[in-house]
Amino acid sequence: MNGFFDIPSDLQSSYLGLVSTHLQEALIPVFVGFALALPIGLLCVRVRWLYPPVLWITTVLYAIPSLAFFVVLIDYTGLSRLTVMIPLTLYSLVILVPSVVDGVRSVPEETNAAAAAMGIGLVRRYVQVQLPIAVPAIIAGLRVAAASSISLVSVGALIGNQGALGNLLTTAMLYQRPALAVNSVVTTAVLAVLVDALLVLLRKLLTPWQPPSDRKVRRTAARAADAPGATRTSPTAGAARAPEHVS
Amino acid sequence: MIAIEEVSKRYADGTVAVDCLSLQIPNHSITVLVGPSGCGKTTTLRMINRMIEPSSGTIRVDGEDIQHKPVNALRRSMGYVIQNAGLFQHRTILDNIATVPRLLGWSKQRARDRAAELMERVGLDPVMARRYPYQLSGGQQQRVGVARALAADPPILLMDEPFSAVDPVVRRGLQEELLRIQGELGKAIVFVTHDMDEAITVGDRIAVMRTGGKLAQFAAPDELLSSPADQFVEEFLGGDRGIRGLSFLSTRDLELDRSRVFPVGTDRKQLAQSTGPQPHVLITDADGKPLGWADPSVWDGDVEALTPYGQSFEVGRDSLRIALDRAVLSPTGHAVAVDGAGRVLGTAGQERVGAAIRAARQRRAAESPDDPSEDSAQVKAVR
Repeated sequence: MNGFFDIPSDLQSSYLGLVSTHLQEALIPVFVGFALALPIGLLCVRVRWLYPPVLWITTVLYAIPSLAFFVVLIDYTGLSRLTVMIPLTLYSLVILVPSVVDGVRSVPEETNAAAAAMGIGLVRRYVQVQLPIAVPAIIAGLRVAAASSISLVSVGALIGNQGALGNLLTTAMLYQRPALAVNSVVTTAVLAVLVDALLVLLRKLLTPWQPPSDRKVRRTAARAADAPGATRTSPTAGAARAPEHVS
Repeated sequence: MIAIEEVSKRYADGTVAVDCLSLQIPNHSITVLVGPSGCGKTTTLRMINRMIEPSSGTIRVDGEDIQHKPVNALRRSMGYVIQNAGLFQHRTILDNIATVPRLLGWSKQRARDRAAELMERVGLDPVMARRYPYQLSGGQQQRVGVARALAADPPILLMDEPFSAVDPVVRRGLQEELLRIQGELGKAIVFVTHDMDEAITVGDRIAVMRTGGKLAQFAAPDELLSSPADQFVEEFLGGDRGIRGLSFLSTRDLELDRSRVFPVGTDRKQLAQSTGPQPHVLITDADGKPLGWADPSVWDGDVEALTPYGQSFEVGRDSLRIALDRAVLSPTGHAVAVDGAGRVLGTAGQERVGAAIRAARQRRAAESPDDPSEDSAQVKAVR
């Protein structure tokens, strides 16, 4: 692997510099998308009919090729990182808005009723009760959005020097150094896996209130079933109650 | 006092959930709204804290129209307990209970101290303070729900089928706990249930509602059982309202038979003389506590050979229903009456209980039937 980390000078960056740029260009759009998804989600939960058209819009945005975005955006934001990050932000909405809305909608009806009955106002209820309970669903969405964003950054190479690790691919062709292409692919994959692991860790830290995971339960149940005379128990049975609706 | 005045709730599609309902809900007592599903009892409850706005009519709390109060302030002044507890699954038990005090701006420490105090009041082990709701049983969660509703010491408690989702044994325990807590705190409680037995157990006053949101009858439990307003109420009460009504008659005035009670070691001849037409006598120990029934013609004085007397009833505390139940279950047809210390006061056969029932009914009919609430409060105390 000769010259694996030997980055050509026309990229104007070290290997670590590329990694840092790549992470910024990939994750800032996810954060901004998440910040947008929270109020959009609140609106969609409160005004039910709004959700289908919002979903439709995010899906259409996702269907627009990034190249088309670049063509329009270059007039305003030039060949900058912003030109790459704006479409990535819009793409992330297609995952983040549904994960916020579905997560909040999965909060049990009696929990919402109890919160309302205690005089917890709308916004406070959203921030202090519904969003925390939606954390598992939201983080699941963030994981997909982050992984997709990390892989999509490479497309920035189309507008010059903004593809971070993606530029290694074009440079690899230019200088006929396949090691750089391998470097690009492997590093991107490692970044995606690391960010994913961090998000899983974050979820564990934020949800000490969750019953032990289903997988663990199934394993324990299987073990209990193996043992002669043992009875099956399901710790999640109580948690999986059907929501009760207001009469 | 909550005054519901000619309140109706009609929905846009034409359904009428509550139809011109008027109710006076007094302080320091439990008022139960009971009826079949779709009778508007939950709607009525939710109009009191404005989770549902009435289409017409007025609700006043201590004379003030609730429409004139900010909605969240109104709700924080009323505790609310819901079926399945509706706990915040992401908060510890202590923080769940501290929710409303925190909303009212109490310091974290003061709110948590108050929460710990309430855990004790509702009978929760302090080790549960740091646990999360999923680690508690349904009954324990419901206790947390009650503690959370009481946290800011609201004068009013609204309970929406609070004990419907737990098993009968746990439910009975929770009902007793509620009555105990109410005895200490004296809140104005509005309690919604579809279970008539539960209504009779916890209610000082019961409002029976019929489908279409109309009030069928509003009365104390014993009055409801003895004189249902119409066929609907009678059917809703079930087939044994006569027997259940006995729960409200005290054993205080039951005439006991003392002629067949003897301490252990009494001479056999004396026993044989005293029995009369019924062969059995009740043998007690030296302290006067019951040991069992004996047939003097065959009993040899061995305490082990006595026929078990089953369960006794406590005069004054237990109702005639309990006395009758004990007599029916007794192998001799006679119930054993004891005092608070468990010493035998006498025995009561089914006929004697029957006579006491007739006497109590006549006494009740002679009394003015206009003021049953005071009477029922008294009977509630002897249960």
